[in-house]
Amino acid sequence: MPLYHNDEQAMLRDSAAPFIADAAPVSHLRSLRDSGDATGFSRDLWKQFAEMGFAGILVGEEYGGMGLGHAEAGIVLEEIGRNLTPSPFLSTSVAAVSALKAAGGAQAAQWLPRVATGDAIIAIAIDEKPRHGPEGSALAATRAGNGFKLNGQKCFVLSGHVADMLLVLARTGGSAGDKDGLTLFAVPQGAAGLNADPRRLVDASLAAHMRFDDVTVDADAVVGEVDAGWDAVKPLLAAARTGAAAEMVGVGQGAMDLTMDYLKQRKQFGRLIGEFQALQHRAAHLYSEMEIARASVMKAQQLLDEGDSGAELMVSVAKAKAGRATNLAVREGVQMHGGIGMTDEYDIGLYMKRDRALAEYMGDVHYHIDRVARLNGY
Amino acid sequence: MSENLDDFRAEVRAWLAANCPDEMRKPANEEGDICWGGRNWVFKNDAQRDWLHACAAKGYTVPDWPKAYGGAGLSAQQTKVFRSEMARIGARAPLSSFGIWMLGPALLHFGTEEQKLHYLPPIARGEIRWCQGYSEPGSGSDLVSLQSFGEDKGDHWQVNGSKIWTSYADKADWIFALIRTDKANKYQGITFMLFDMASPGVSTKPILLISGNSPFCETFFDNVAVPKTQFIGEVNRGWDVAKYLLGHEREMISGGGAGGDMVSIGALYAQVIGKNAAGELDDPVLRAEMAAFDTDVFAFRAMGERFMDMWKTGRAHPASSNMMKYAGTELNKRRHELVMSGAGSAGLEWDSAESRGGSKPRGWLRTKANSIEGGTSEVMLNVIAKRILDLPGA
Ligand SMILES: Cc1cc2nc3c(=O)[nH]c(=O)nc-3n(C[C@H](O)[C@H](O)[C@H](O)COP(=O)(O)OP(=O)(O)OC[C@H]3O[C@@H](n4cnc5c(N)ncnc54)[C@H](O)[C@@H]3O)c2cc1C
Ligand SMILES: Cc1cc2nc3c(=O)[nH]c(=O)nc-3n(C[C@H](O)[C@H](O)[C@H](O)COP(=O)(O)OP(=O)(O)OC[C@H]3O[C@@H](n4cnc5c(N)ncnc54)[C@H](O)[C@@H]3O)c2cc1C
Repeated sequence: MPLYHNDEQAMLRDSAAPFIADAAPVSHLRSLRDSGDATGFSRDLWKQFAEMGFAGILVGEEYGGMGLGHAEAGIVLEEIGRNLTPSPFLSTSVAAVSALKAAGGAQAAQWLPRVATGDAIIAIAIDEKPRHGPEGSALAATRAGNGFKLNGQKCFVLSGHVADMLLVLARTGGSAGDKDGLTLFAVPQGAAGLNADPRRLVDASLAAHMRFDDVTVDADAVVGEVDAGWDAVKPLLAAARTGAAAEMVGVGQGAMDLTMDYLKQRKQFGRLIGEFQALQHRAAHLYSEMEIARASVMKAQQLLDEGDSGAELMVSVAKAKAGRATNLAVREGVQMHGGIGMTDEYDIGLYMKRDRALAEYMGDVHYHIDRVARLNGY
Repeated sequence: MSENLDDFRAEVRAWLAANCPDEMRKPANEEGDICWGGRNWVFKNDAQRDWLHACAAKGYTVPDWPKAYGGAGLSAQQTKVFRSEMARIGARAPLSSFGIWMLGPALLHFGTEEQKLHYLPPIARGEIRWCQGYSEPGSGSDLVSLQSFGEDKGDHWQVNGSKIWTSYADKADWIFALIRTDKANKYQGITFMLFDMASPGVSTKPILLISGNSPFCETFFDNVAVPKTQFIGEVNRGWDVAKYLLGHEREMISGGGAGGDMVSIGALYAQVIGKNAAGELDDPVLRAEMAAFDTDVFAFRAMGERFMDMWKTGRAHPASSNMMKYAGTELNKRRHELVMSGAGSAGLEWDSAESRGGSKPRGWLRTKANSIEGGTSEVMLNVIAKRILDLPGA
């Protein structure tokens, strides 16, 4: 498989790019933010995502989805990133769908069709601390009747307060830090004892701290196998990390495009600032980093889609590289805009904020560089 | 298509199993392990000779060149399969040469049919070794200011002047050189000439590098007669050929960034330095730097793959080889800084047998040229800014 978009993928991009740029440009984020929206995204827009087929892009055709792969989901994510579109796409259509597909069973049959039609939003509740580390889950699931009782907390759950269902990683055995003894549960919103405390983040998104006080679920709420939740979480993590990397490449590209335009407009010292070699070299270096990041993300998507054993390594490479490159893009972006880059009126600062949020999501640069070392045995 | 590729992969695999000698499946350790070919080439051993001859007979020294010119006529995807099968068994390149990397692509693009049939097969078979005569003492980054002059003498040019930094000029059989043929016209006054280094009036003087080695030379032309059939493209339009060829040179030099058979620098140096109880390389700061470097290398390999896929199918931006060259060479320099850190004081030994003649410090010093030769990093950034980012006044 060559590492560029084939004809079908190019067609997908040609329909996703104008659709998202038109329906949800940066001004869409601004209006949600400025109106103090309490959902975190627009449900109307999400319906349109479903009509375009995007909501079910990874869902199999038997469940009404498009049955496509991570490469295609990445095309949509890059456009989401470029437009800073607030959307539950990454958590619902990429992360949650990947876990449900891997686990199969009753929960997959129940939720996948609803994701595809845009009728269900799913949140991912796997972390309990501000720094990523799902194997550290301590939230306890104890047997009760023919089901389980959940007690504990999860933090920074995107859309946790509005999702129709939460995928919750809980401990049924072992101790915090073990990958064994974890079980993944599908917990419906509104379950008694489930409480959400949504917090506004730097990028205007909403993430909820979730409390579980004797939340009771049936045995069939288990996604996959009891004590083997990691088998369903692994594909979820790979998909979410690769997806976040693709969205970051979109954010970085968007920031870079804005900045290159600015260099061609702003005059100082009687010249366009883009004529100064001090800025040109940094811009060219940034271009190079962004291209490499994009290639690494495409490679990770391709390996995931092929089920290649090298995918795990490449996923971390992609998340780390996209993290570094996009961070450079937004920092150079603000700097090269000068004073105006510091204003709320200009979009470049919004790119910087979204990058920061995506950088934290499912492991930051340091987490993934460390993982590259571990996967190479050192 | 994919079925064909699977068949092809099986065929290549079987051929390699039968034809690639065991000695040629080990990493090259020293200069003599790299086969450059040419009239005066002395094979290091039989394996090196047999491997070159086997590949040349199949067209595998230049797999994607047409068969008529000594190649195997492989498609872009077949070439990728071929290279991945070579890499899988760690096979060395049967032949390294400026003829393959630089002159060949220029001939394929600009040469007449007669020239292609004349010059390409001996390159493919490793019979003629070429060197590149571009840079002059006063013309480095600003190459187009070059002064070596060829005076029109009817059926030949009489060439006078000098070149500098000519890699392997003292070992090469022929040279491709940029020679001014019109002093009044800067860009359209240069001709891309080809001539035999044994021509009367050509002399070379080796230059000692900081690595202690002397792979390049000053090259002098003193009334050298070059027949007026021996040029590529058009007279006075050699700059077009030079620019095209620099693209290939840059692509080739960028390959160093991928790191050859060094899979992970951290894994390698964890063995040298040792691991702590948690199984981590036992120097947390160096571990972190090596892991960040490995991350960049894995990403750059994906970039290399994407670049080649796009380049070979005409999808790449024509200036993107400048980006590859910049990123690849800066990465390779970083690699060798880490190699020196990982090796500790042992990396300082200059000529002992244990240090294999100081291969580490010499290799480290050699990589410093990566971001100079073939156009400096600063020049690459200028080209990216101007041709890809379209920044003003660049
Ligand atoms: C928070 C804040 C508070 C401020 N407070 C005050 C204040 O109290 N009073 C006041 O008078 N001003 C104030 N300023 C303005 C500040 O001094 C200017 O923003 C600053 O001088 C840069 O000018 P500029 O914003 O027009 O950017 P520009 O000059 O347009 O610069 C844009 C970009 O081009 C680069 N650039 C420009 N020229 C060159 C060159 N020759 N070579 C290479 N690169 C170049 C810059 O480095 C920058 O990256 C404030 C700014 C900020 C952000
Ligand atoms: C190991 C090695 C092998 C080589 N082999 C060959 C060969 O086989 N054949 C051949 O013809 N040549 C060869 N070269 C020469 C090489 O192409 C030149 O060294 C190179 O083009 C730079 O020219 P220069 O050395 O004159 O440096 P200069 O051009 O003098 O550059 C000096 C410094 O100024 C910077 N600079 C120059 N112009 C600009 C600008 N516009 N903007 C910003 N910075 C600038 C450069 O980046 C550099 O850092 C080789 C060089 C090396 C080191």
